[in-house]
Amino acid sequence: MSYDIGLKKVLWWKFSIFCSTLLVLSATSAFTPNFYDPIEGEETAILTSAPTVPPPITRKHATKVIVNLETKEVVKRMADGVEYTFWTFGGDVPGKFIRVREGDFVEFHLSNHPSSKMPHNIDLHAVTGQGGGAGASLTSPGHTSTFSFRCMNPGLYVYHCATAPVGMHVANGMYGLILVEPKEGLPKVDKEFYVMQGDFYTKGAYGEEGLQPFSMEKAVLEHPDYVVFNGSVGSMVGDNALRAKVGEKVRIYFGNGGPNLTSSFHVIGEIFDKVYTEGGVKANQEQVQTTLVPPGGSCMVEFGLEVPATYILVDHALLRAFNKGCIGMLKVEGPENKEIYTGKQNDVVYLPEGGAIQTMDDEVSKRPAPVTKAELMARGKRVFEANCMACHQGSGEGIANVFPPLAKSDFLMADKNRSIQIVSKGLSGSIKVNGKTFNSVMPAQALNNEDIASVLTYVRNSFGNSGDIVTVQDVVAGRASAVQPTPTTTKKPKAKSKGK
Amino acid sequence: MFLLYVVVVNVVGNTPEGMIRIPFGVYKPLYKDDSLASSIPVQSFFLDATPVTNREYLLFVKANPQWKRSSVKRLFADSAYLQHWQSDETLGNNAPEKSPVVCVSWYAAKAYCAWKGKRLPTVAEWEYVASVSENTIDGYSDPAFLKRILEWYSKPTPHVLPVIKTTSKNMFGVYDMHGLIWEWTSDFNSILVSGESRGDTGLERDLFCGSGSLRSSDFKNYAAFMRYAFRGSLSANYTTASLGFRCAKDAP
Repeated sequence: MSYDIGLKKVLWWKFSIFCSTLLVLSATSAFTPNFYDPIEGEETAILTSAPTVPPPITRKHATKVIVNLETKEVVKRMADGVEYTFWTFGGDVPGKFIRVREGDFVEFHLSNHPSSKMPHNIDLHAVTGQGGGAGASLTSPGHTSTFSFRCMNPGLYVYHCATAPVGMHVANGMYGLILVEPKEGLPKVDKEFYVMQGDFYTKGAYGEEGLQPFSMEKAVLEHPDYVVFNGSVGSMVGDNALRAKVGEKVRIYFGNGGPNLTSSFHVIGEIFDKVYTEGGVKANQEQVQTTLVPPGGSCMVEFGLEVPATYILVDHALLRAFNKGCIGMLKVEGPENKEIYTGKQNDVVYLPEGGAIQTMDDEVSKRPAPVTKAELMARGKRVFEANCMACHQGSGEGIANVFPPLAKSDFLMADKNRSIQIVSKGLSGSIKVNGKTFNSVMPAQALNNEDIASVLTYVRNSFGNSGDIVTVQDVVAGRASAVQPTPTTTKKPKAKSKGK
Repeated sequence: MFLLYVVVVNVVGNTPEGMIRIPFGVYKPLYKDDSLASSIPVQSFFLDATPVTNREYLLFVKANPQWKRSSVKRLFADSAYLQHWQSDETLGNNAPEKSPVVCVSWYAAKAYCAWKGKRLPTVAEWEYVASVSENTIDGYSDPAFLKRILEWYSKPTPHVLPVIKTTSKNMFGVYDMHGLIWEWTSDFNSILVSGESRGDTGLERDLFCGSGSLRSSDFKNYAAFMRYAFRGSLSANYTTASLGFRCAKDAP
């Protein structure tokens, strides 16, 4: 079926070229049997780096659009202390966002920077023709290739390098998105963002410092060390978080460069009002929690923002989010709406057997209270693994810009009482740990005094830390003290709004 | 045994200065085709021990002024020809004397070799020598050797290239086959990569190509894929900042 349509289109095009030729030959303009939109004028496309999206197209006619895109091999940050040689379209991963309109005729100039080691080309899924343009764009270092194409199909399309070995070029970051806006445009929204996921394969394990070479073995096995949004761990957290306001409607142009993993794209705390699945132009699904985006695929999601929060963008294959870096943040400010969400209203002791019983009658509480350092450490390790490790990581290193480290943490070691308060009552707001600012929330941990004493003894004597023990008596005294855990620094005024 | 042969032949035979006698061997093309043998015999020949340096190429330019940067015809070298040199006959800081000359076209490399009474090596000759590691004739059977090559390919070209003899010396005594520059071969365009590297595995039997994994004889040799793709992106008048050459000569 689709083959028939494709064939017809090709035939029509050939016919139209034939007619145009006749037209020129006979030098008459009385009748123009042009099945494609007439091209009026010429413009150079505005290209943007993620998370920014070029402005919507307002013109009502097709035009000739000139796209100048440069391939460049650059050493950039993959994670704190970890660098990687990315192969890029435009100097960043993902590549520059290209925005054109259905019917436009694009003149594409692909330049390969003279310092490149590799030849590169481009396959745009928006192109109808040999290799999506790859057949016309293999470009050696220091050269420029030019080819042109008609934007036949509206939609959000992935583009990528298709030079041998293709998998490696893509694994090194050579992908981006091109949006072909439908003639009637897309519904108006307040903010648009560009987010693209990719998986990376390094010689060293996640977090191993230094310039990490590409690992072909891991790529073939599809065992990535990093799964990230917009080319690095922490690309959209902290000061780089996406920002919007309550009452606004946002659209995310989401792509998956792969090369291997399919994304289960989810925003924690929100529901997608509309999803244009697979990058098509129909908002064909509503009220979606998680949408599946394959490598070489895309989607557009739209949602309104009703209450202030820091919404977390994740691949809901959660080990990728919490252990391989696939986390982003959308910080939304504005007035609260308690009709929709109250926040925590109360936290009281839960006593299923009634008020008379003050301790949980289970095996754990029957165990002797830990007293010696060895006892505290052993129990603390178990408590840590069950309650803390998901965020602070098994190494105690945390996750850059998201979860602060416990390892060699000046903040942790400075104040025993404060730590007791934080574990038992939680902490929210900006703190400074080892010179870096973290601004997130740690919930209160439902742990008894023995567990708190144990886990604090454990973290204060692990991961390169060395301190005294925290006794159960310390915890009792600490919890009773009136001091509330407070952030070390005052909240900064919010940075200026990002986005379009 | 092999090493002994190499040493004996190079000492006893009349090997031109700066060249190494490469013993008879076999080249296994990356791309299999029914019409091609899976391995091609390579007759014994001489190969320069190192890539041609800026200093050596400068002597050529002085003796052959038609190959000066300012006088070369565009048909024979594009506008980036010798762009890393300070001027027509001055190397300057970006082109150390002992670094390999780059930004030279296939025509220029061919002319240099002819001036020296030599010729460019064929793809088969070059690939055969390149497959030999420091300690084994079948280097590609050594994952560490392949990995080291791949790591060089993944890095951008430095602004100023290192000098020759700083990367590796294979068991024939040839330096810098990997890790310094790409090198021209006489028949670089005989194995076509059409640019659409994935389509090349299809029905077009005349094109041996690209990531044509279906017919690749060695799925793991990604480094070889890259050399084929690189050659496929070139035209004979192209010059790039990482592409140089060395000469070969028939052996009696």
